[in-house]
Amino acid sequence: MINSTVAEISAALAAGDISSVEITQAYLNRIATLNGELNAFITVCEDSALLQAKAADDARAKGNNSPLLGIPLAHKDIFCTKDILTTCGSRMLHNFVSPYNATVVERFIDAGTVLLGKTNMDEFAMGSSNETSYFGDVKNPWNTEFVPGGSSGGSATAVAADLCAMATGTDTGGSIRQPAAFCGVTGFKPSYGRVSRWGMIAFASSLDQAGPITKSAEDAALMLNVMSGLDKKDSTSIDRPVEDFTASLDQPLKGLRIGVPKQHFAEGLSREVEQAVRDALAEYEKLGAIIKEVDLTNSHLSVSAYYVVAPAEASANLSRFDGVRYGYRCEDPVDLEDMYKRTRSEGFGEEVKRRIMIGTYALSAGFYDAYYRKAQKIRRLIKDDFDRAFEEVDVIIGPTSPHTAFKLGSKSDPVSMYLEDIYTIAVNLAGLPAASIPVGMANGLPMGMQIIGKYFDEAKILNVAHQFQQHTDWHKQKSTALVTASGEA
Amino acid sequence: MALDKAEVEKIAHLARLHISESETEEVTTRITDILTLIDQMQSVDTEGVEPLAHPLDVVQRLRVDEITEEDQRDRLQQLAPASEDGLYLVPKVLE
Repeated sequence: MINSTVAEISAALAAGDISSVEITQAYLNRIATLNGELNAFITVCEDSALLQAKAADDARAKGNNSPLLGIPLAHKDIFCTKDILTTCGSRMLHNFVSPYNATVVERFIDAGTVLLGKTNMDEFAMGSSNETSYFGDVKNPWNTEFVPGGSSGGSATAVAADLCAMATGTDTGGSIRQPAAFCGVTGFKPSYGRVSRWGMIAFASSLDQAGPITKSAEDAALMLNVMSGLDKKDSTSIDRPVEDFTASLDQPLKGLRIGVPKQHFAEGLSREVEQAVRDALAEYEKLGAIIKEVDLTNSHLSVSAYYVVAPAEASANLSRFDGVRYGYRCEDPVDLEDMYKRTRSEGFGEEVKRRIMIGTYALSAGFYDAYYRKAQKIRRLIKDDFDRAFEEVDVIIGPTSPHTAFKLGSKSDPVSMYLEDIYTIAVNLAGLPAASIPVGMANGLPMGMQIIGKYFDEAKILNVAHQFQQHTDWHKQKSTALVTASGEA
Repeated sequence: MALDKAEVEKIAHLARLHISESETEEVTTRITDILTLIDQMQSVDTEGVEPLAHPLDVVQRLRVDEITEEDQRDRLQQLAPASEDGLYLVPKVLE
């Protein structure tokens, strides 16, 4: 049952066909067999998971029947988890046991879920391949010579390889959607402000959003139902009623207007990915949707604006890591400045230091207008492009990534890595919701399709994704590359 | 926009990062490459465009100035690399 969706496991638990302890143990067995090879988890919480599973079974016996009760999940190691190691993929926090839970974590506890462990990630979420983690590369379960994408690569791999039923991720420039595409799973980045950022270690505060990584759009809806909503502890969380995201999944798509941005089908897109997305659009037409070309004129500027905004905010956010209050401190500092500098130079990896320096430069005296303010103006142009497009269409569809996963170690220069996120970054700059769902296979690796929606129109994206998954089975493809695991429950 | 080594050292100092002599050249090259990528946005005229700080242009919510958190000083200080008598310890600042 470990390869089932959350909806299926939930039904089996409700029917009494399986207990939470049984399914939890099955995932723990699978993790024990495969994590050595995949490196998806930094921490596995075996004992507490079994206790939580037992508690979920007891609650069910007393009549609790909430949808996620007893479902085993994994959290990206960017979410603070009380009394559990929370590293953010960094040496800086290699010994940090959080004294509190992130709001997202707290909400999943309240929903009765079982925490299997914390997933590997690019250091401080800065990367598109999971190769910047202090805890080693994560491997793509379809072919372990390839990257899983990043930064939520551990979560995407864990879901794809059936090491958990569902996982959380975070997305600042594509960090949920791109690994979801590379690993063949469903990833969802909600509207900015939809999900609380409290207790989620900050990278770029005006862009970061948490979201689900799952085996289906329906499962993403179930997770969003729990994650979303106002949190007074996050001043950017939006005070807006949370609908039941599963309610409109079955709506027919007749008359749906799909926008196809010509800029997302331009030079650099691989032939296989283009064909897969075009085939998906033809499938939507069969379901009654109308396809229209839309113009996102300024989308080519998104990567350059992003590499000002994100590093600038990161350089401010990461100034808190100083070796004084928690985390890593260098050995035998001679004075305070030596302590700061060596702690930060030894505690942060190369990519994080690079971004801190870019951000520091962009914010330094005399450069603010030329960089940060200029980038914010570009953000406005990018948002205006989307606003105009959404006057004519209900959703925008294109590829998530220009190609399938690339080989570990094959991209050594930062700029080519940054260009990986060319189709996803504009969505964060505009603050829109978007999903990536599996859309085909090429050379044994999955491909992803991005569905972008209007502000707070998560339900529409999920509806569009779910209908595709009702008529195709790309999301049900499983890797056969892995050693045959134990625990089929 | 190409940076020289002295500028890179200055940025590193502002960011409280130590860059060794052997790393400086590579770091300078990498950062210059990234700034070249960033400079693409300078090609667009943004005169009169309102900067966007938040996609929904919302304002910061304020709360009543009340204490809502409990005192966890001892617990939080256990996380520190060095603390004593409720204080965080750092290398001597004044002789």
